[in-house]
Amino acid sequence: MIHTFAQITQQDWLINLVDTLADGFYQNLIHQNRFMYLINGLKMTLLVTLFSCLLGILLGMIVTYLKMSKFWLFRFIANIYLTIIRGTPSVVQLMIIYYVVFGHVDINKIAVASIAFGINSGAYVSEIFRSGILSVDKGQTEAGRSLGLSATKTMVLIVLPQAIKNVLPALFNEAIVLLKETAVMGYIGLQDLARGGDIIRSQTYAAYFPLLTMALIYLVVVMLLSYIFGLIEKRMRLSDNR
Amino acid sequence: MITVKDLHKHFGKLEVLKGINEHIEKGEKVVVIGPSGSGKSTFLRCLNLLEVPDKGEIIIDGEAITDPKSDVNKLRQKMGMVFQQFNLFPHLTIMDNITLAPRKVKGINKKDAEEKAIELLKKVGLVDKAQSYPNQLSGGQKQRIAIARALAMEPEIMLFDEPTSALDPEMVGEVLNVMRELANEGMTMVVVTHEMGFAREVASRVLFMDEGVIVEQNPPDKIFTNPQNERTKAFLSKVL
Ligand SMILES: Nc1ncnc2c1ncn2[C@@H]1O[C@H](COP(=O)(O)OP(=O)(O)OP(=O)(O)O)[C@@H](O)[C@H]1O
Ligand SMILES: [Mg+2]
Repeated sequence: MIHTFAQITQQDWLINLVDTLADGFYQNLIHQNRFMYLINGLKMTLLVTLFSCLLGILLGMIVTYLKMSKFWLFRFIANIYLTIIRGTPSVVQLMIIYYVVFGHVDINKIAVASIAFGINSGAYVSEIFRSGILSVDKGQTEAGRSLGLSATKTMVLIVLPQAIKNVLPALFNEAIVLLKETAVMGYIGLQDLARGGDIIRSQTYAAYFPLLTMALIYLVVVMLLSYIFGLIEKRMRLSDNR
Repeated sequence: MITVKDLHKHFGKLEVLKGINEHIEKGEKVVVIGPSGSGKSTFLRCLNLLEVPDKGEIIIDGEAITDPKSDVNKLRQKMGMVFQQFNLFPHLTIMDNITLAPRKVKGINKKDAEEKAIELLKKVGLVDKAQSYPNQLSGGQKQRIAIARALAMEPEIMLFDEPTSALDPEMVGEVLNVMRELANEGMTMVVVTHEMGFAREVASRVLFMDEGVIVEQNPPDKIFTNPQNERTKAFLSKVL
């Protein structure tokens, strides 16, 4: 069979590409079990995200309470916290907490990162909670109080359940933002997913394969989370139209 | 039962109540009428301290509720309130809407609270809606549930702030019927409304408010047929 010139070069080009990809795959992921950098990195990313999410929600609740308090001092403290956290980059906050706050203390880096990202997230979560509480009609509180429920019981039994339902999408979104934010934890020497990809890059001197693989993993995790959150939201909406 | 002395209230620069004096006896049905913005709602909301008065005294059952030491939550258990916008709790079933306060405030157990709720639902004709949610109900049904919810706390006084104003015309009657029945049972009621027919029929006294004061008050047959004050005349000529 006679091949034309164009067909030959096209085939060579394809063969070359497949070769390069196979080689890149082998060098960057298989050789010396390098994929473990990504697997372990992903575990670290998820772990820190989980801890900081929980801390962020806890702090968010406390700050919301302070911010909505009658006492000016409480509101003042909450405002200082919100201003500082929202006014500085989270990577700077992470470094300050690691090198300054815990600079002379022997403490687990995972704990440090979780605390730093948790403190950061708490500011955003509290704004979400506050907007959720404000989104519940004033008439709900008035109805509760007019029935003789105390302010606290009205908040817990009537306002909060509605507020949380309203802000669930925003909270889920914050969790995803947080997951991506933690990609800077390499700054204090933790090996998360982002750092894992970077380590492979520094060993193989190939940039695109490790970095694109790492990006793909982030993307898949985020899409998976969005999917799960979407299902939960859908269920909540369905139960809304009872 | 309710005594109001020299009640004042302002919002910012706006003086809404400019010295209200009033005495309401047990079992009376007082209907408050007046133009929009005259302070009717504010007056009513001061009675259960949803608005805190600036000046003056409100005495309920011999207790000065305007005294900072008085127990607001205790006071509110004596007074039910029905709102123009119903304000049912959308996340709870009708049953839970009604039993929430008796259980969480008075500590009544679930079974007793639900028995009482069923009784009230029968009274307002909505027993089949116990397991529904508020957004499955019509406006008139919602308002009847709101009345049942308030009654579940066994109040001595019921306050109504334009209970039928947010309703489609064909649903006004069903709500007024429940209120009429309540009145016949001897409940002390203070009702802000534009339903002059209801006022004429049920009220023991009609208060006409304008610009933050009670301008005139008389039994309905008198105030509607022979108003004394010029402002009352002008208002009634517009609404009757
Ligand atoms: N929370 C508030 N803050 C500021 N202004 C208020 C507030 N509540 C009422 N007002 C004002 O006070 C005045 C009296 O209000 P109020 O609701 O008592 O009138 P109303 O007689 O019930 O009128 P309507 O028939 O329209 O319900 C109005 O001008 C209103 O805008
Ligand atoms: Mg009003």
